[in-house]
Amino acid sequence: MGMTRQEKRALVMGLAFAAPWIIGFVLFVAYPVAASLYYSFTEFTGLDITGFVGFGNYIEMLTRDELFHKSLYNTLYYLSLAVPLGFIVALCLAMLLNLKIREVSIYRTCVYIPNIIPAFAASFVWLWLLNPEYGLVNLVLEQVGIWGPGWVSDPRWSKFSIVLMAQWGAGGSAMIFLASLQDVPRSLYEVAELDGASAWRKFRYITLPMISPVILFHVIMALFGAFQVFTPAYIMTAGGPANSTLFYVLYLYRNAFNYGKMGYASAMAWLLFILALVTTLIVMKTSARFVYYQGEER
Amino acid sequence: MAQTAPEARRRARVRSMRRKEIRTQILGRVVLIAMSVIFLVPIAWMISTSFKEAHQVMAYPPIWIPWPFAWENYETAVKAIPFLLYLRNTLIICASTIIGTLISSTLVGYSLAKIPWRGRNALLILILSTMMLPFPVTMIPLFVTFGKLGWINTFKPLIIPAFLGSPFYIFLLRQFFMTIPGELSDAARIDGASELGIFGRIILPLSRPVLAVIALFQFLGAWNDFLGPLIYLHSDKKYTLAIGLQMYRTTNYVQWELLMAASTLVVLPILILFFFAQRTFIEGIAITGIKG
Repeated sequence: MGMTRQEKRALVMGLAFAAPWIIGFVLFVAYPVAASLYYSFTEFTGLDITGFVGFGNYIEMLTRDELFHKSLYNTLYYLSLAVPLGFIVALCLAMLLNLKIREVSIYRTCVYIPNIIPAFAASFVWLWLLNPEYGLVNLVLEQVGIWGPGWVSDPRWSKFSIVLMAQWGAGGSAMIFLASLQDVPRSLYEVAELDGASAWRKFRYITLPMISPVILFHVIMALFGAFQVFTPAYIMTAGGPANSTLFYVLYLYRNAFNYGKMGYASAMAWLLFILALVTTLIVMKTSARFVYYQGEER
Repeated sequence: MAQTAPEARRRARVRSMRRKEIRTQILGRVVLIAMSVIFLVPIAWMISTSFKEAHQVMAYPPIWIPWPFAWENYETAVKAIPFLLYLRNTLIICASTIIGTLISSTLVGYSLAKIPWRGRNALLILILSTMMLPFPVTMIPLFVTFGKLGWINTFKPLIIPAFLGSPFYIFLLRQFFMTIPGELSDAARIDGASELGIFGRIILPLSRPVLAVIALFQFLGAWNDFLGPLIYLHSDKKYTLAIGLQMYRTTNYVQWELLMAASTLVVLPILILFFFAQRTFIEGIAITGIKG
């Protein structure tokens, strides 16, 4: 290749400075990805590979393992509630926090704070708040004459309780939406107001298109997060009651570290990865019509 | 006379718009106050419970401000588990990963932003795409490998990867370095400065705000990490606070006032940090939100 001395020097220096990540990539990404793909075709206790089973693990989980079906169902159930609800809550908060009110920065702080509380601590706090007998939520409901459900002890409510708890952290996404709302040029609204546009039309035809790239980013990250929901279920319910919060990654974790079925768990991890990727691709494809990038001709 | 009618109509419209604005402001304020209360109540209840005596914890109607304050809950909570040891472990991991990621991610970010080498854009895409890899995919081989190296039950699996760069921080740094004018480094290069010299003497000093954001995020990341310590730390001498907190709970009994006291102690440093570093937080949100 015809590289000048300068280009060669840049290449060497560039690679040298990037070396930490390249080494990290080989050791902590490339090798583990390849190894886990290989493990997924084996019976692997964590110490010994006791057999090569081809697609056996995948066939087992898709056709026979009822707990797997349950865990997949639980995660999809959680995801289909938590992602839309999380989006709506965060966007509504962001629009409220965008109002021109003198002390609005106080409200922004209040709404944002729960977002920085560690998930494990939040799980304990909510386990206590949602305690069926003595939790604050049911005590307050009782004061207004409502007999609250057994939030985390009733299989019909347990998943919803975790969805609800996740909304406590909506302030983080709300701040990102808020930043993008503030980037929408005022002049667009002024023109619309001169034309007598209603608040809804301004929202629908100016706000939503202008922040749509941020929405798409939020939805994709939220989907990836929801596919991997783990900590609240591990701490609050340990997958129960009646396996109603046995989420995909919790069941995967148990297969790997409690049941010594690391080959099976690796197959689960790969299926999860594929599911997450396919979902993302579908979202990206269907969103292409709705997402508007500034400077792009329509 | 013909001009006054539209003029009056315009004024009426302005007046009605102003009235509408005031109405939105009042309504918005009410909703925002309600929201703020809802978002803060869990924290208030955690703190309130932490100061209660055992018999007040389950009282009906709920007691908001216990009297007298059961300060001894904190003493009991800290003594009931090796709390200070777990605090020390957590802080060791926090500090080491902050140092590690600041060194490694800045180097890689510099390479991507400031050294014009062929292939750097491809590398950037590769780095970004690894962010989409779910942890469970690499979790098992990593555990097996760390096991073979004898690293299980040590902090090494949690610390050493930080010294090899983290995609998210690399990206943040690359974006920030791109905003630093190239003339500065070009001039230094002509004067015969080495890349390391340009990096250390010109770029890094200009990057203090973004370095602060990364240190803050990494502290929170390590302080809040649950799955990592859960997988790698098995002996109760090695636990971090995230894992140790579960020890207040036996199979069918929870001492809520102690668990809430310990939770308060875990959350408090973060809240203090938040109030002191609020500007850094806001900068961080802006960087991650807009450029992410």
